[in-house]
Amino acid sequence: MKIHQLTYIAYCLKMNIFFYITAFVTLFSTIMVITRHNPVHALLYLVISLLSLSVIFFLLGAPFVALLEIIIYAGAIMVLFIFVIMLLNLGKETAAQEKAWLKPTVWIGPVILSTILLLELFYLIIAAQPSSYNLQIVDSKAVAISLFTPYLIGVELAAMLLMAGVVGAAHIGQQKKTVLHRFLKEEEP
Amino acid sequence: MMSTPIATEIVILLAGLLFVLGIVGVIIRKNIIFMLLSVEIMLNAAGLAFVAAGSRWAQPDGQVMFIFILAMAAAEVSVGLALILRIYHQHKSLDIDKLKEMKG
Repeated sequence: MKIHQLTYIAYCLKMNIFFYITAFVTLFSTIMVITRHNPVHALLYLVISLLSLSVIFFLLGAPFVALLEIIIYAGAIMVLFIFVIMLLNLGKETAAQEKAWLKPTVWIGPVILSTILLLELFYLIIAAQPSSYNLQIVDSKAVAISLFTPYLIGVELAAMLLMAGVVGAAHIGQQKKTVLHRFLKEEEP
Repeated sequence: MMSTPIATEIVILLAGLLFVLGIVGVIIRKNIIFMLLSVEIMLNAAGLAFVAAGSRWAQPDGQVMFIFILAMAAAEVSVGLALILRIYHQHKSLDIDKLKEMKG
């Protein structure tokens, strides 16, 4: 009985240490994202932030969502960002511009104000009654059953949203050619 | 069923911190791409809060909400990046101060 309790306490300690390390990595990489000058460096830090967030999901007993975070966010959405940055050819001059824009006079006010909000949030959360998790892993089967029975209408709405997103992106992104009348068209050389 | 030591408050606090970082990013940057990245950070923080709440009661609803957030983020990013490409082709700049000439 004693040994069992001891191993349980060791397990708790290990989980806590894992969580705090991962939370630190997440916060640090997110701060790096919003302070980098070069867009590609910021994207790399954002990928690290997403990966560590997926580790946190795993620690919280949500493995399905952890995998989705890696596959869709770190895989698909970040690749979209990298493509756009490559298309726009944002390089050293953008970094220099960002360096010129990111002066302390610009960001010191918002940072102070949002720190006040954060302190209020901190107090409200700490002042509440403490509660801890029951570690019960919610696997993909439970998620799928919940997704396709009570939330079916939400799935269909998400499908319509994705459809609208695809059509909207294709419409906005198309290059418009100047259309001349066929008699005004210049002769092809 | 055993109780993990990871307190609910700490996870929610982490989500709040990430959200505040996203807000700070939206406010202080002048490049549209960085603002879009900060919006992604904020969406992630909201998703973390949902997953933490779902895990607190061992229900799948939080994860379902996260999947919806993921779908919405994908649609938002595709439209937003297409808009950024158009803006860059028309104005040759991603500075939001120059884009205020669009007048609404």
